[in-house]
Amino acid sequence: MNPADPSPLWIRGARVLDPASGRDEAKGDVFVRDGVFVERLTTAEQAKARVLEGKGLVVAPGFVDLNCRLGEPGRTARETVRTGTRAAAAGGFTTVVTMPDSLPAADNVGTIQLLREICARDAAVRVLPTGTLTKGHEGKALAPIGSLKKAGVVAVTDATSGVQNNEIMRRALEYAAMFDLVVLDHCQDSSMTDGGQMHEGAWSLRLGLRGLPRAAEEIVVSSDCLLAELTKARIHLQHLSSAGSAEIVRRAKARRLPVTAEVSGLHLLLSDAALKDYDTRLKLNPPLREEADRAALVAALVDGTLDAVCSDHSPCTATEKDCEFDQAPFGAASLETTFSAAYEAVVLSGAADLALLVARLTHGPAKALGLAAGTLRVGAAADLVLLDPKAKWTPSAKTLCSKSGNNPLNGRALTGRAVATFVGGHQVHGA
Amino acid sequence: MAKQDTWTKKDLTGIEELTRAEIELLFRQADRFLPALAPGKGLDLMKGRTVVNLFLEPSTRTRTAFEISAKKLGAEVVSINTTASSLVKGETLRDTALNIRAMGVDAIVMRHSSAGAARYLGEVLDISVVNAGDGAHEHPTQALLDAFTLRQRFGKVAGLKVTILGDILFSRVARSNILCLSKLGAEVTLAGPATLVPAALKEAFPQVRLAHDLKSALRDCDAVMLLRIQHERQTTTHFPSLGEYTSQFGLNAERAGWLKPKAVVMHPGPINRGVEVESEVADGPRSVILEQVRNGVAVRMAVLHLCTKALSR
Repeated sequence: MNPADPSPLWIRGARVLDPASGRDEAKGDVFVRDGVFVERLTTAEQAKARVLEGKGLVVAPGFVDLNCRLGEPGRTARETVRTGTRAAAAGGFTTVVTMPDSLPAADNVGTIQLLREICARDAAVRVLPTGTLTKGHEGKALAPIGSLKKAGVVAVTDATSGVQNNEIMRRALEYAAMFDLVVLDHCQDSSMTDGGQMHEGAWSLRLGLRGLPRAAEEIVVSSDCLLAELTKARIHLQHLSSAGSAEIVRRAKARRLPVTAEVSGLHLLLSDAALKDYDTRLKLNPPLREEADRAALVAALVDGTLDAVCSDHSPCTATEKDCEFDQAPFGAASLETTFSAAYEAVVLSGAADLALLVARLTHGPAKALGLAAGTLRVGAAADLVLLDPKAKWTPSAKTLCSKSGNNPLNGRALTGRAVATFVGGHQVHGA
Repeated sequence: MAKQDTWTKKDLTGIEELTRAEIELLFRQADRFLPALAPGKGLDLMKGRTVVNLFLEPSTRTRTAFEISAKKLGAEVVSINTTASSLVKGETLRDTALNIRAMGVDAIVMRHSSAGAARYLGEVLDISVVNAGDGAHEHPTQALLDAFTLRQRFGKVAGLKVTILGDILFSRVARSNILCLSKLGAEVTLAGPATLVPAALKEAFPQVRLAHDLKSALRDCDAVMLLRIQHERQTTTHFPSLGEYTSQFGLNAERAGWLKPKAVVMHPGPINRGVEVESEVADGPRSVILEQVRNGVAVRMAVLHLCTKALSR
């Protein structure tokens, strides 16, 4: 990040939302000096401060994403730290947690150090790496989790490989807890999803595509909850997609099990009917499920069962997605549209107000991983986003920052977007 | 229903995209081609045109039928099979298709293991694309020839009761037939083991009836369509063994006796004799299997003719 601290910043007369501190002002000011939030600026500082008029805008902590891929190392045709973090900034994210299924996998100290070096050089936002849970995310032997922690990982996960063996998962939870690392799990019983292309249901039957049944996810959500109970270790369930998964987590939380969970913006907005024309951009893992699942996920986000909205940013090249449906890779490039997608699904739909959505994009994810991020509190790093909740825009592959064009919302009219993003007081997005 | 007299589609990718009027228009065209099936007869409606059969999955019957159909219309035919294909060398389907297109071809008939592949190709290319089977999605010409055969036998399809028996889950023939028969006003029953005829089919196709009891599925129907048990698509978990399948759902002479006197037995082929059907039934008086094959040529002639004509319009 830019070493020189910029002039003080004064955001004047915006709606201020900071769920972490309970701050919700219809019209307030936010001050930044030396890269951190301050109570106020002196008259002299105010005179030389950069002033941003906040009328009609919302100032919120920079968003925290717990689930994204930035292409490095090894997948630079899809994305780079440079392009991916600019996409993050454009989407209002100031902290992103990357998945370890890079090439090579982040199952060793060297790869983590390489990623950190690349980020020190190229990143526009804070990038927090994760390490794999098992070597090569193959689910057989534990990765050197203690060394990975020392190298700077904030969590461990086998990403979309998931963990298929309950004994490995149990020991991994116990071992990672010793280092105060949360285990992230992509919940999927792979014995039930072999060859699966989309949600198993009426649409998969009509389209003749093999399905990924809800139960494949819910079985692992259940076993993870049981293992959290056994080990008392922290587990965070990634991008849940079904109503049943949300209900299992709701019950686990009622029993005070150390479980948190997230949902992606696309899963809040879309359902499997959108796949009727074999649009490979919508081929996601976990898959988009039915309308009832979508509605249940929104409700679970609102009632706190789900702690966070993630981007699940998984860039793929245009060539990779330009093929037969069952040969296309899973994933969507979504960092830049996650807020708009969630805003439409949660706020414009009337399910909740913007303060709640901001909480699930900031305080919720930060707390799930114990990150010092996601707040406007005095003394905290000045990571913030200015949102225009009324902005109408239509994303396109040409105008988005991501190197990948596989954003399924390209061409769709969206509402709400980040107009400026600051990391440590430095502007990383917006005019 | 008003008669449609103009076909406007350059592609036939699925029955899903067709209206009842279009299906009936196609049947009237196929009627006119029936005399050309006689040996020594042929037409020159597609003289000077080239059809490429791009078969990326094994097929004998469908590929041959398409070849003969195109030749009966006077077209040149080139067939590409999986082993000869550059797709095994890693070329994308788009590139393969654009290369074939660049050589001045009028139509591509494609069989592909991926559901949705024909629709994809139809969007990529500005020449005619005919789906000869895309994964477990659709096999539209099979459904058309099946319905055409029923129409020939019973005079009309509307009001008929048709049971499709066997591997519905993995069958493109079943999907196309459900759509085609429903559009033409027939009542469809899907029958077979619960693992291959899952309850969710009722959500996907609300118009069908499901049956796991063979007798109830056969008793009232006017036609039973047997589907081949596809070893290559099933994982081992869908039924215990071919022997068990035969014992529960195989059509033998005794079970054929549950059918109404005038009910017919159909099969898209290739037949696994002794598995889904016994020879006595397959070769018996109820069988219209060879009529299906013969009609398949006329129907495919109609498809090729109408699609390429729509393109040149």
